[in-house]
Amino acid sequence: MTQQLKLRRVAAAEGSFLRRLSADQPARAVYLALALLIMLGWLLFTLDGGRFLSQENIVGIQQRSAALGIVAIGQTLVILAGGLDLSVAYLISLTTLVAAEIMAGAGANVPAAIAAVLAVSALVGLVNGLIVTRLQVHAFIATLGTALIIRGVLDARYDGPAGSVPASFRHLGYDRIGPLAVSALLWAAVAVSAWLLLSRTRLGYRIYAVGGNTEVARLSGVRTERVMIAVHVLCSVCAGIAGLLLASRLGAGTPTAGTDGGYDLESIAAVVLGGTALAGGRGGVAGTVGGVLLLAVLDSIFNQMEVNSFAKDVVRGVVLVAALAIYARRRRTA
Amino acid sequence: MRRALPIFVVLAGLLIAIAVVNPYFLEPPAFLAFVKRAAPLVILAAGQYFVIVSGEFDLSVGSLVTAEVVIAARLIDGSAEATWPVLALLLVLGLLVGLVNGIVTTIFRVPSFITTLGMLLILSGAVFLWTGGAPRGALSPEFRELGRGSLGPVPWSVLILVAVVAAAVYAMRAGFGHTLIAAGDNDRAAALSGVRLARVRTAAFMISGLSAAVAAILLGGFAGVSAQAGNGLEFQAITAVVLGGVVLGGGRGSVVAAMAGAFTLEALFTLLNLYGISGALEPAVQGVIIIAAVALGAVRFPRRRTAAAS
Repeated sequence: MTQQLKLRRVAAAEGSFLRRLSADQPARAVYLALALLIMLGWLLFTLDGGRFLSQENIVGIQQRSAALGIVAIGQTLVILAGGLDLSVAYLISLTTLVAAEIMAGAGANVPAAIAAVLAVSALVGLVNGLIVTRLQVHAFIATLGTALIIRGVLDARYDGPAGSVPASFRHLGYDRIGPLAVSALLWAAVAVSAWLLLSRTRLGYRIYAVGGNTEVARLSGVRTERVMIAVHVLCSVCAGIAGLLLASRLGAGTPTAGTDGGYDLESIAAVVLGGTALAGGRGGVAGTVGGVLLLAVLDSIFNQMEVNSFAKDVVRGVVLVAALAIYARRRRTA
Repeated sequence: MRRALPIFVVLAGLLIAIAVVNPYFLEPPAFLAFVKRAAPLVILAAGQYFVIVSGEFDLSVGSLVTAEVVIAARLIDGSAEATWPVLALLLVLGLLVGLVNGIVTTIFRVPSFITTLGMLLILSGAVFLWTGGAPRGALSPEFRELGRGSLGPVPWSVLILVAVVAAAVYAMRAGFGHTLIAAGDNDRAAALSGVRLARVRTAAFMISGLSAAVAAILLGGFAGVSAQAGNGLEFQAITAVVLGGVVLGGGRGSVVAAMAGAFTLEALFTLLNLYGISGALEPAVQGVIIIAAVALGAVRFPRRRTAAAS
């Protein structure tokens, strides 16, 4: 009851668009932090003689965050349902290779390559989902296992970059429309579809129900296993889309594309930064988008200040833990 | 103990399979060499067990091992006198990292997955920030003796391992072990019956940090200094614990079985090497076996954690 009252009060203050966003309450905190960070960034850039709001920097932020953003959307769905996917990093590497090898530099092969990538990633997600539901293996171990399997396949078949991406497909990674990068538009499309899925469809409600309490969901007639399989498939497909995007940026399939980016743990970090509970059932896509943007803006500030990459890791770790500590505090006092 | 039985059967099966290919394997020198190689992972698994059985995760041990090895090399820089003070410092550092993990998780209520992930980033970033990107300095021969030397026919690391096993078994039989399992099984019930959750869980994280420090000392001696010393060890340790039938989410499983899980993982690596499935396909075979072992074990995992996580 108190929660409802609080929501209404905030909604009245901030208008109707934000009211919808604040349906997942913690998302507000991350956007507040993002706004503060942008102001800080603007200040630091100005003192440093740069322009934070230059088109170059804004497009850069979008391009750096798009791939992680897409993976994190998928990860959000799995985490909301009470699971976890550690296999996304190796899956991304695999899909860049599948894409680049099938395209083989010819524009005509692009549709086939996209179809193959989506099929491969959906298959991996299906396997993950079946291991978790049918074999009753904890998602942590199940997806760690599939990650190892994919890594074995990558190690055995590839020594380095393979295949090539035709120029027509590279538009996806590099083009922009005004101040908007095409890759960011792709990310936005994925995010909006996931948001619609969660807020407008039965599957969406069931994801929250399963994540909130699997047993209660099962007893109320939700086929929890199907929901788990569905979120794993969707998460892997998101990883596949991120793989396509990275292939188009790199120009070739790269066996280390996913692991170099640390997409497995980084995507989980972005999701929880966005206020989604790691145990499932609470949170949403809007928070995740904020979390990814937060990490990207932080990165662009580091780049401008020419901060050492090791120092970046330290700051990221501190930010992550501090943010979660603040959320935990808010939840207790709320 | 019934839950722990399958892992011992699997371990025995693997050891026999190795002995079939390499008959010398079961003779004392070769077997001791195997135990010596396995010791760091087994010790890490023992530490990880305490954290997992209390209902938490520790993802920071891998980067803690790397950090400890790199720090040891930089501080010792080949000098014999520095060896013992630095050893003490490493153990204190391990305890300290565990203490911070524990406090952030219990007092500030950050999920341990995130606490220790943050610690992973901080440790790996900080230590290379300090050394400028690559390990510097060198370990002294005295330091390396612990990891690669031996007392008579028995390697030091095997003796240390025996001590760790004894201490771990003792801790789990004492009141501490019982309260730890109670905290992992149902933390609300445990708290209501007077368990000081924050204190018990923090102690578990400190044990995990200490075990990472010991493992780092052995690994540094055995394999030398490298920036990749601890890579992936956190996942191997968690896998080992789960292979031993310990339930993620806490409250079930024995520490001996967790260590047997680590031996099993090491035996698996040895066997894959012997059969020439080294390098490329090794991770794939490992992945299949881990999933299969966990699925086939009589182990039933809860789908997700209920109480502690929210």
